Amino acid sequence: MLKTLSLLAMAVLSTAAFAQQKSAADGIAEYRAMLADGNPAELFEARGEDLWKKKRGPKNASLEQCDLGKGPGVVKGAFVELPRWFADTSKVQDLESRLLTCMETLQGLDAKAIAATPFGKGEQVGMEGLTAWISAESKGMRFNLPQSHTQEKVTYELGKRTFFYRAGPYDFSCASCHAQAGKRIRLQDLPELTKNPGDGVGFAAWPAYRVSSGEMWSMQRRLNDCYRQQRFPYPGYASDVTVALGVYMGVNAKGAQSVAPALKR
Amino acid sequence: MYRFKSLLSVAALLSMAGCALLQPGPNYAELVKQMMDGSFRKEGIANTDRLIQDQANAACSEAQGANPPDAVVEAIQQAALKSVRMPSDGKFTGDWREGEKLAQNGRGMTWTDKTALPKDNGGNCLNCHQVTKEELSYGTLGPSLYHYGKDRGVLDPESPEARPIVEYTWTKIYNAKAYNACSGMPRFGHAGLLDEQQMKHLMALLLDPKSPVNR
Repeated sequence: MLKTLSLLAMAVLSTAAFAQQKSAADGIAEYRAMLADGNPAELFEARGEDLWKKKRGPKNASLEQCDLGKGPGVVKGAFVELPRWFADTSKVQDLESRLLTCMETLQGLDAKAIAATPFGKGEQVGMEGLTAWISAESKGMRFNLPQSHTQEKVTYELGKRTFFYRAGPYDFSCASCHAQAGKRIRLQDLPELTKNPGDGVGFAAWPAYRVSSGEMWSMQRRLNDCYRQQRFPYPGYASDVTVALGVYMGVNAKGAQSVAPALKR
Repeated sequence: MYRFKSLLSVAALLSMAGCALLQPGPNYAELVKQMMDGSFRKEGIANTDRLIQDQANAACSEAQGANPPDAVVEAIQQAALKSVRMPSDGKFTGDWREGEKLAQNGRGMTWTDKTALPKDNGGNCLNCHQVTKEELSYGTLGPSLYHYGKDRGVLDPESPEARPIVEYTWTKIYNAKAYNACSGMPRFGHAGLLDEQQMKHLMALLLDPKSPVNR
């Protein structure tokens, strides 16, 4: 079913975007309207909810006691306050690094091995579902990351410096593409991430189901591919750089309404 | 590389210690360096030495979108200007048709690309610039290059009259920082992204009166 939907969407989008009669954004809007009664992301959400409740791992436990920042087991509203500082790990963590912690402490799974697993394979398939479902539980809510802990403030500053860090063979930084309003690469619109770019844009639009590839991409995967196109080396899954960028973008997006899991070309 | 002993906690400790001793805040430059080193690994052709910044990238990163101090800007531009090598045979233009293919080609230098050789790299021009009237799938991060040669009155790019604008254009492609210290454009010659012949093809695309850029 996903494949059929992807092909259908590709047809709609290629007509819209590549024939250049409409902008890519118009094509997406049209496709969203067509799928009003069935975003493919819902399949990932259902899978994620099942996985959250399923007993597994060496400790044969579910993730239902996982603390995503609002207390053990509280999922609603957690997504729009991440990344944040966690006392038990003494770390600022984003959704995915926090899930790794819970999988290790509650279920006895090997967080390092999961972090080293390529996207779309093995345990990372489970991550796609978990992030889709957890983000969906905060759909329509507004981003409001805490910045009261010293470590959260320091991480914001580190994220800002990471955002402007130019290097690599092309001399690119995140800011090369995402520091101005109304710009695009080829026909692709680029969100301005140095401030709140608006509801459901940029940080407030991931995880997202990517119609072109039929895949669910988490924020970690989104950042990973940004760095690939930035011509950088490979950022580790849930590495400090990715969490710091999450804090920078998330705090900047304060007040933006989350539409995750979104639908993307 | 996923690590449980996080740098971020070190950062916080340093920052709190800083407050207690009434010293300046955390040494962010050092913390960023440690964070970069701990977060990235080599993949394919993308080695971690790509994280090392030269003077220009360090200064432009530090400025966070603003301009570095005037003296620094001047030093960056002078160094960039000195790095430029004019074509070995004194001829500046190749075939605009090849140039157009390069302008369309946005590939090269990612960890999924096989080699870092110029022959496997595109010019990436359309990612950021309008180039011709016909191609509507262009980016807007850079200025439009449509009518680039025409607007500058270039009738024959190999003529003595055209020499100043031709040398300026070559320099811009070779090392864009020669005229704008924090230019967003890759340094195609200086960074070894394109070879001399490929840059000549792009020159022809921009300056040849028969090129679709100038029609």
